[in-house]
Parts: sequence; C-alpha cells; structure tokens
Amino acid sequence: MRYLPLSETDRSGMLARMGVTHVDELFADVPAHLLLKDPLDLPRRKGELDVARQLGRLAARNVPASSVPFFVGAGAYKHHVPATVDHLLQRSEFLTSYTPYQPEISQGTLQYLFEFQTQVALLTGMDVANASMYDGSTGTAEAVLMAHRVTRRKKAVLSGGLHPHYAEVVRTQSQLAGDDVVTMDADVRASEDILSQIDATTSCVVVQTPDFFGNPRDLTAIAEKCHANGALLIAVFTEVVSLAALKSPGAMGADIVVGEGQSIGNALNFGGPYVGLFATRTKYVRQMPGRLCGETLDAEGRRGFVLTLSTREQHIRRDKATSNICTNSGLCALAFTIHMTLLGEAGLKRLARINHANAVQLSGLLAGVKGVEVLNQSFFNEFTIRVPGKAADVIEKLAAKGVLGGVPVSRLLSGKGLDDLIIVANTEVNTDEDRATFVAALKEVL
Amino acid sequence: MLNNQGRPTTPKDSAVASHETFTRNRGLQMEEALLFEIGRTDVTGVDLDEPASFVSRLGHLAREEEIGLPGLSEPETMRHYVRLSQKNYAIDSGLYPLGSCTMKHNPRLNESMARLPGFSDIHPLQPQSTVQGALTLIEELAGWLMTLTNMDAVAMSPKAGAHGEYCGMAAIKAAIEAKGEGALRKVVLVPESAHGTNPATAAAIGFEVRSVPAGADGNVHPDAVRALMGPEVAAIMLTNPNTCGLFERQIVEIAQILHEGGGYFYCDGANFNAIVGKVRPGDLGIDAMHINLHKTFSTPHGGGGPGAGPVVLSSRLAPFAPVPFIKRDGDKLALVEDAIGTQALGRLTAFHGQMGMFVRALSYILSHGSDGLKQASEDAVLNANYVRARLADLMSLPFGNRPCMHEVLFDDAWLKDTGVTTLDFAKAMIDEGYHPMTMYFPLVVHGAMLIEPTESESLASLELFIMTLRDLAMSALRGEKTRFEGAPFYAPRRRLDETRAARAPVLRWTPPQPITDAQQAAE
Amino acid sequence: MSETRYTKDHEYIRVEGDVGIVGITDFAQGQLGDVVFVELPQAGKVVAKGAEAAVVESVKAASEVYAPVSGEVVDVNGAIEGQPGLVNEDPAGKGWFLKIKIKDKAELSELMDEAAYQAFVSSCS
Repeated sequence: MRYLPLSETDRSGMLARMGVTHVDELFADVPAHLLLKDPLDLPRRKGELDVARQLGRLAARNVPASSVPFFVGAGAYKHHVPATVDHLLQRSEFLTSYTPYQPEISQGTLQYLFEFQTQVALLTGMDVANASMYDGSTGTAEAVLMAHRVTRRKKAVLSGGLHPHYAEVVRTQSQLAGDDVVTMDADVRASEDILSQIDATTSCVVVQTPDFFGNPRDLTAIAEKCHANGALLIAVFTEVVSLAALKSPGAMGADIVVGEGQSIGNALNFGGPYVGLFATRTKYVRQMPGRLCGETLDAEGRRGFVLTLSTREQHIRRDKATSNICTNSGLCALAFTIHMTLLGEAGLKRLARINHANAVQLSGLLAGVKGVEVLNQSFFNEFTIRVPGKAADVIEKLAAKGVLGGVPVSRLLSGKGLDDLIIVANTEVNTDEDRATFVAALKEVL
Repeated sequence: MLNNQGRPTTPKDSAVASHETFTRNRGLQMEEALLFEIGRTDVTGVDLDEPASFVSRLGHLAREEEIGLPGLSEPETMRHYVRLSQKNYAIDSGLYPLGSCTMKHNPRLNESMARLPGFSDIHPLQPQSTVQGALTLIEELAGWLMTLTNMDAVAMSPKAGAHGEYCGMAAIKAAIEAKGEGALRKVVLVPESAHGTNPATAAAIGFEVRSVPAGADGNVHPDAVRALMGPEVAAIMLTNPNTCGLFERQIVEIAQILHEGGGYFYCDGANFNAIVGKVRPGDLGIDAMHINLHKTFSTPHGGGGPGAGPVVLSSRLAPFAPVPFIKRDGDKLALVEDAIGTQALGRLTAFHGQMGMFVRALSYILSHGSDGLKQASEDAVLNANYVRARLADLMSLPFGNRPCMHEVLFDDAWLKDTGVTTLDFAKAMIDEGYHPMTMYFPLVVHGAMLIEPTESESLASLELFIMTLRDLAMSALRGEKTRFEGAPFYAPRRRLDETRAARAPVLRWTPPQPITDAQQAAE
Repeated sequence: MSETRYTKDHEYIRVEGDVGIVGITDFAQGQLGDVVFVELPQAGKVVAKGAEAAVVESVKAASEVYAPVSGEVVDVNGAIEGQPGLVNEDPAGKGWFLKIKIKDKAELSELMDEAAYQAFVSSCS
C-alpha cells in the first residue's frame, strides 16, 4: 500500500523485538468476539489511476459554474481566485501543519492569522476579529450566544432579511439551549418594522446587509434603539465583497459583525469548507468565541505571535467555555488573506465596482423581459426578481437550456407564498455574452 | 594568460562562531515583516479593468470611508507567504507526534480530486439535477462510514469534530424529548480524561456535566458509571480508544448500563483511526459517534482546519439526524432540506457540509480499501507500541507497560528531581527537529506526554525518533538542565511571552502613532 | 486583631470587624501561574457561601473564586484588574479580590485556620 512505509519484514521484526507474535495481541483490550479477523466486505485497495477514474466519473456528472452562464448566489458566490492563492495554499508547511500550539515553530500560521484578523477588522469597521469560524451561519449562531453572555438576556430578534439557513441554525441552537428567538416574516423589500421588536428583554437583533434578497440595509437606527435598550446589534453579511462598496457595519454602530468569507479566495465547493468571519468591539473580546492570535515578544526580545486569551476556550474552560469550537477554518482563512493581499484596497474596491456594474447591467436587461419585475430599489451584486409562474420550474427549464439562472426563493422558504421569486447574483465572472444568453433563455422559458 | 578566477574551495576554521546579522536573517531563516508594514493601499496584484460608466444602485449607503487594506504585487505576495510558510513545522517535513491529533500523511491525489471542477466549482443551491454526481459521492462516503462503524445512519453536515459532537448530543436530546423525558434527563456523564470539547458541548445543549473518575488503570470502570447512573442521566460521552491511548476494555458493559438506565451512549470518535477495520463501534453499543475526517481519513489539518465531523447514529437516533440529508428515489438522488413534518433536527449549518473534505476522505478510503484501512490501523498501533516498548525503561508509563492503541501516554514521574519539566522536554524536541508531542493532556496524568507516531512513519524514521528521545531523556536524567530550560535555541523564535500577550492583548496591527510633542518633551 | 481563615479551594478571608477581605492564597497563585485577568463582581452583590464571586485566569488555567462566607460584597480591588500581576506578587496584601460584609460569623468556624490550611496544602502537593 503506497501510503504505508512499513514492509512485512519491518512489521515482523518490530513485533519480534517486542516479544509479540501477532499484531492482534496489541488489540487484547478489544472484546475478542468483536475483533474482526478479516477485512470488511468492501472494495479493496486501488491505485491512483483507478481512484481518479472513479471520482472523475462522479465529477463529470455535475455542472460546474465555470462551464455555463452562472448567476447563482444567495449565500455563496462564484468569483475568480488568482492562481497564486492555490499554489501557496498547497505549500506543505501550510497544508500539513496543525493548529499552532507550539508557537516557536508555527510563526508562519500565527503571523498570517494576525494579518487575517487585522484585515477582517478593517473591512467590517470593528476593533478586533478572531481567527475564523466554520462558516457564516455557525458564526451567526455563535454571535447570538455571545450576545446572550454579554447582556445576560436570552431573546434574539432575527430580521426577515436574514439568510433562511442562518436563521434556522440560530433557531435550532436556541431551541436546544432553551433560549428565545423571534423570527420576523420574510422581508423581500426591506420594509419590516424591526425597531418595534426591540425592548429591555432583547439580547440582540440580527440583521443581514445586503440582506438575503439583495437589499443593503441602513443599520444606524437599529443600532441606536438596541443600545438604548441594552441590546447588541449583530450585523451579518454573506457577500464579503460588498463591504468594499457599502458603509461598514462598524460605522453604522454594530456590536458584532459576522459573515461568510468564501467569496474571497475560496471555491464554491458545494457548500463547504468555507470561512466564517467574526469581529467585535474591544470591550467584548473576552466573550468572543474561537481562536485569537496576539502579538508578543520572544526570549530574545523579537516580535512573535501566539494564540492568546485561551481561557475562553473549551480545552481549558471545558463546560464553562464560550464555545465548543476547536478546529476552525485555518486554511480557508489563509486563502482569504492571500487573495485579499493580492487585491489590496485598490483591487478590492475595483472588484466591487465591477460586481456592482455587472449587476446593474443585468437588472436593466431583466427588467426589460416581459413579465419580469426587479423588486430591489437598491442592491450590490444580487437582487430579487419576480417571474410569472413557479420560480423553481423556471430555474429547472433554464438549467435544461444550459443556464444556471439563480436560486428560487421557495427552495429556502417554502410555503411562504414566495414561489415566484428568484435571487439572481452577478459577479466579475459574468460576461456580456453570459447576460445576453441568460436573458434570451429566460424569454424562451417564460 | 593566467586565469585568475581561482579561490579557496576548502572551508577555513573561523574564529567567529556566529554573529548578529544586519537583516536579522540567519541564512535561509528569513525574518518577514507584517503585510501592513510592506503593503501599500494603491498596489494590487490583480489586474482588473475599470467598468464602463454606470449608474450606482447602492442607494445612500455607498462606502466613503477608507478601508486601509494594503496590497502587494504578485511577486511580493509570493515571497511574503513563502517566507511565512518556512517558519512552520509540517508533516511533510518531519514526524509530528501530536497525540490525539493524528498527523498522518496527506495524500496529494486527494487534493487533486477535490479540485476537479465537478466538485470544487459547484454551488450548493444550484438545481439538484445538475449535481447528481456530488450527491452520489456523499451517499457513497456515507455508505462507507456506516459500514465501517456498523451504524444505521449518518449525519454528514457537521463542520468539525466539536460540531459533530454537538450534532450527536442534539440528536440525543431530541430523542429524549420525543420520549417525554426532556425535563427529567438533564445530566451527561463525562470522564475526567475527556477532550475539553465534550463538557463544552454538553453544556452548550443545556446539559449538566457530571464527571466520571478514571480507574487506576486508565480505563473507565462500569462500577464508577453505575454509581452515577440514574433517571436524570441522559447520556455518557466516552472517547474510545480513550485519551490515554487505551481501548476501553469494559465499553460493552458501560453501554449496557446506560441503555438499561434509559440513557444513550455518545462516543467521541477522535481516535477511531486506531480501530478502523478491527472493531465496529456499532458492535460496542454506541448510539452516536462523530468521525473526524481530518484525523482518521487524513484530510489535511491546514494549520487548524477546515475539518469535517460526520456523525454516525444508531437506529434509536437515526430519525433525529438534522437536515439536510440525501434520499434516493430510483436512480435519482434528492436532498431533503426541510425538517417540517419530520422528527429531524433543524439545520446545524448552511448548506450540506464540507464537500471538499468529503472528496478527499473518499479518495483516501478508496485508495486504501477495506484491506488497506485495516492495515493502516494495525500499523498505527504497531508504531505506537514500538515507541512504548523502546522507551519504557527510561520514561514512565502511568498505567503500566501494557499495550496501547495508536498513541502512547507517558507522564513526568521519571523527570522528578531533574528540574526538567514536560514543557522543557517538549521544547528541546524542537531543537532536534521534531514537533513536540501533545503535552499536559489528558488532565488525569501529571505532566502528560501523549505520543502518536501514526502509520505514516517508516521504521528508520521511528528508530531515529526513539534514539533522539532516549538521548534527550538520558540528558535530562543526568541533570543537563541548560539544554532544556532555554530550549528551543534553533527555532525561528525562542520561547514566547504568553503572559505579556494575555495581559495586554494586541490582536491586530494598528498604524504607529506619531510621537506627540508632549511625549518628546518627556524624553 | 485580624484573623485569617482558609477554604479548600484556596481562598483566604481575613476578618476585620464585620468585614472579610477575600483573595487567593500564595499556594493558589503558584499553581495558577502568571495571572493575566481577573473578573470582579459589582459592589453590592449578595453572595452565598460557596457561590462564585470572581474569576481569576492565567495563560493556561482559569478558576472561579468562591465566596468563603455568605454576605454582601462591599468593595472590590480594582487595582488587580489593571495589574493582575499583583495577585502573584502579593496575594495576601495588594492582590486581594473583594471585601464581604459577613452575614453570619458562625460560618467562619467551618473554615480552616492557618495551621490546618498549611497541613492541607502539604497534602495537596
């Protein structure tokens, strides 16, 4: 077996040196009648070529985003990732290292985490960020728990513009922990009255911007009402590129900013692995979940980095930890930080402008299709359209024509009377030709 | 003409052993400034064309404030991160005996499979008719996991081990509530030797944690469990093989006690890699167990993630697995994404789990096959026992010189009166070119040193490792404290001041402030 | 004349009139290592004997500080929030945590005196 260095001679020699006749003697603690004598009745070992063929066949049965006009978003976005990113990610020292528990021989990981934390803090307009969460949805649920710790209250109010999966993750968690959740009705046009939900029992309000339907939200008044009532405002994003185009949640008064970082540096990957970004104010840092990297000095007075404030974490605090999180998304955070470094402020802002310009163009084209209505007053790189008939059927028919034309809202919010809505995303990867093909196909299927 | 390019080609003895360099680099060991010290906000390593003029639809919320993000050109980016990478230890560069973490070889076939556009470039919400291959892959991996464990169902969406624990314990809570015992069964038994994630998970779901003492032999004993068992007990969370590197000998009896008392058996599967193909957890009476794909099935640890933590479930818990899950309808596969009208738990994460890790894990599993997986477990156990047998005369084994599983646990009793601590010993290993073992865990042993060599080490590599530890151990026993106290001497950094980092945390870069007149006057 | 009593969790309480000054013992600070953070209650908080009154953290360990007796917290030592190192340097003096107005002096008799505590510590190590 190509991955196993021990030869039969090595094995028998090692056993002999230990005075053991058969390897199963080392498994003596396993109840004898349960110890398997033969390999399970499953396929036997395969060479690289066979495995590559078998998995290649499965891969070929999917339609990759890059092979068709592709307008699917709603929480994960197709962007171009520079070749440099994956090359660096695959360096052994990044790919095959563990969590940096031994800082003297992990400065590479620790320094990029420190840089990552700084980038996230700058983007969100916050003081500090952690070293990442699993993804935006679990990060949002952790943010709610953190707000409960800070406020010592137990009621979260979820905006109707919050990604339905994120809301469901919060609800599942809250139900298990016995906390209260108020979920506002799906809010397609950003017209909900969330202010009236905030009172002295509210722990936090969770608002996504741009929201699930693509509307940028002004958080200023919500932040003010939250703070007047001793509650925290949690701002959520699913498209991190939008932060370069829109006023930062920090500038609008958010207390915790959490979201999905996949768009920068990370592939679509059918939903994972992704990278959750999590930022807050300095005064709340000890209530933060997840790993934190901090600066210090070594014994010779040289600058170095360590994991710090670990007493919040499960390996020390056990049942009193701020979270049970252990492994996070280190390599996805690295992909994010490398891509962000390549972009820099100038590149990121231009990328955001291209995304927005393309979406503006597409919205104009779609608004011109008979029977189609663009619902958003404003948007960044995705928006919601209303089509005649069932959106899910329209999307299937488009797929049959080789166009992946967006996400039917009914897939995430069924039974809410929103069956005629499609969320359409448009990024820098979409060309004029893609948009023309999309519009033409849509006209045909309607 | 005489060619005058001749020069000395034999090294001379130098009077100067070493000196401080101008750059503070030491040959190939490069210092690297922070991105924020070398980048500029007007530099970019990405060429993008400015869009043609358009009318903004951002409304009144356009960002006007500067972000402050520095950029680097592509060559600068390459150099920055390559230099950073060179400050990291990695499995590819040396033996990484971090107990409980399973740092085994990461096959590169798996990386290339995960990058096939048919897997990496598909969106979780694109029509299911366009991702049938992806759903088939998940179903196939799920099938392997259920067969290897002899369990009835598997929840694939958890993002890492701790998230898997959360999923399994949530299913247990849901099952208890479905029986109408939610108000009654509030306690979870957790051995003292458990991973910190276990009590943290139980607490997050609203359970009260009750600690189970470990026996003098490193195992949890049925009597200890029986003494704590009662109608208020929901479950036990037991790691098997346990964190002392030992198989829980009486695990079947412990499972019986739980089941007879109306509770459930959660197994922390972090150490499943020792027993794959040797014994099936389902045969031991386990109701739920997470499988760390990044440990047992070798998806890369990546400096701290991403991982993946699918949870196998017994028939008693299967109905409570969270959405989404895959349903087969003839030759078509469909995702069940809505929990309404079922007993299923709601979503624990957006989308369907760590697809990128699923591809790598299945690639690993297919490569090994059932015969290779069994062999890998046996080799992992053989290597750990070989280390144990060869060091038992010098270092102390807290539970006697008995066979271990895939990792061997030493304590610091043998270092008594040497003035050398477990921490010092670990740091001295760094100078010898090894990543230290897991130290000070599990908590039940004083000064624990938990060594997991994995099946990826050759005999020659193990021998050198053993000889190195023997040399260090003898040096410690001879009282050569200086080799240990100051260690590491040869790493990119000496020991770091963690007290300073924690007392006044600096968690991000901030621009240096110009010196004020008042400060200047004060100086 | 002040009298000092000790708990099995290594808190001390130095009684001065109706008020007890509470902190962690020299043994406890040594076991924790360099203290990096303390969390103190608000003055006015009423605590029961054995209830969590404060938190003390080092780099690798965290412990609750339990109230040795029942009573009302009348003062806390803000200085150790800014300089947690005081807990290591002078646990019995400048490193005190809080002052409790003792509700029932009888509870003191359930605690160890100096000699008993020293014997207890030697059995711990």
